[in-house]
Amino acid sequence: MIPALSLHNLTKVYKNGITALHGIDLEVAPGDFFALLGPNGAGKSTTIGIVSSLVNKTGGTARVFGHDIDTELAAAKACIGLVPQEFNFNIFEPVVEILVNQAGYYGIPRHVAFGRAERYLNQLGLWERRHDQARMLSGGMKRRLMIARALVHEPRLLILDEPTAGVDIEIRHSMWSFLTEINAAGTTIILTTHYLEEAERLCRNIAIIDNGRIVENTSMRELINRMASHTLVLDLAHPLTALPPLPGFTACRIDDVTLEIEVPRGADINTLFVALSAHGIQVDSLRNKTNRLEELFIGLVNNKEGTA
Amino acid sequence: MNGRAQYIAFRAILIKEVLRFVRIWIQTILPPMITTALYFVIFGRLIGSQVGDVHGIGYMEYIVPGLILMTVITNSYANVVSSFYGAKFQRNIEEMLVAPVPNYLILLGFIGGGLARGLAVGLAVTVVALFFTPIPLHNLWVAVSVLVLTSLLFSLAGIINGIYAKSFDDISVIPTFVLTPLTYLGGVFYSVSMLPPVWQSISLANPILYMVNAFRYGLLGVSDVNLGVAYLAIVGFIVGLFGFALHLLNRGHGIRS
Repeated sequence: MIPALSLHNLTKVYKNGITALHGIDLEVAPGDFFALLGPNGAGKSTTIGIVSSLVNKTGGTARVFGHDIDTELAAAKACIGLVPQEFNFNIFEPVVEILVNQAGYYGIPRHVAFGRAERYLNQLGLWERRHDQARMLSGGMKRRLMIARALVHEPRLLILDEPTAGVDIEIRHSMWSFLTEINAAGTTIILTTHYLEEAERLCRNIAIIDNGRIVENTSMRELINRMASHTLVLDLAHPLTALPPLPGFTACRIDDVTLEIEVPRGADINTLFVALSAHGIQVDSLRNKTNRLEELFIGLVNNKEGTA
Repeated sequence: MNGRAQYIAFRAILIKEVLRFVRIWIQTILPPMITTALYFVIFGRLIGSQVGDVHGIGYMEYIVPGLILMTVITNSYANVVSSFYGAKFQRNIEEMLVAPVPNYLILLGFIGGGLARGLAVGLAVTVVALFFTPIPLHNLWVAVSVLVLTSLLFSLAGIINGIYAKSFDDISVIPTFVLTPLTYLGGVFYSVSMLPPVWQSISLANPILYMVNAFRYGLLGVSDVNLGVAYLAIVGFIVGLFGFALHLLNRGHGIRS
């Protein structure tokens, strides 16, 4: 099966001498929902820029559904829809014109483009604002406009660079649902995000890039399974005077009504609650101390820095 | 992209460019009409009445071709340089760069927008001129071809300026310090035969002189320069600037990192 994206020994050295990519290799399967994570300046946007031809590569190869960007650039471009990190539309243009013009650049006739614009603007809740200039939209609407614009030529590969940055929770959730739907319909999606919960929830596979090198490339499940333990925070109904023994778990009393419990991988959480009940401890609520992926991410990046 | 898809892409860029200046017609179409009307009132009627005939033609009538062409030059240039730099500044040029539209179509789309504004404003200014003086038409084909070619030439110059520009200052330097002096010294308001011989020779190095006089020939049938030389100069510049602009776009100068 031809990969949706195949990068081999991809290198980028900017004119100022900074090496943004040290020969990375990456493959994304067709139909995948793939996360590309990394700290600021790691090389995520440079990678996306090269694939979408906004950045000239220094070396290596990049193929989109088998089309080499050196020899079949137009065919490769036709496969990609790009949602960049920063707003990059003409703020004075009406919403619907932005979509119809974009479709035109892909050779899609205006009457077809209007139909698609109506469909995607409706799906993303922007149809009522179609005649407004883009500058009149809220931040969340602008993000959704960029997604609609990226989809108007119906690409096989959708690349989203921080698509939910600055978007409120409700809209973020609706965007997640929308992206899940179009992925289920067959569109391959590559997502970069700083919301690691977003990557964990949406993506099946993940690569972590740091200092221009891929430091991890695996499935999300495999990565999460590597966690040796995770920490639960319990809010108690009544103050606790002494810490009871909890066999198999490591407990830490934060204050009178808060406990932190380290849960080893594979441990049965039910036994924890049985033990707590046996000591008359009533739990009001519980939550993960940190996002699991976030812990892994910090661990991977810090380890890399430690060995550099 | 096949031929039909390329045509659709070109049309999309052209429509975008035309709608851009039409949407802000108060900034793009109206000011040149008012400025030209003032030129006619001050230079044509008040000062021109003291100047007398030039080449046997009334002064007001004599300056009409130059004023129309000057407007076409400045508007074609301004349209493309501001639109292209604006697209760079807002980064919406990336909408085209990520699409499979070839660079030569991007170039043609932008200069098409410059041509459209140049001709629209040229027509508007001609209508204004008709309120002040009748405008003869000596040779329609020469007049139209020179107008179109000149507009194309300065649209190309505008896009090159836009490609190199790194700030809004950069897009006003060339029009202010190069284009305006060359236009004013290009025989818009006078015949070079009125100048001392040494200045006549220096004036012949000004390419705008050839365009103004070729257009003047098309309307009035008089010219300070040879028409063949004028066409050769204009077409030569167009070919050279088109090649250079396309080379810059292909290299991604100023638009790809």
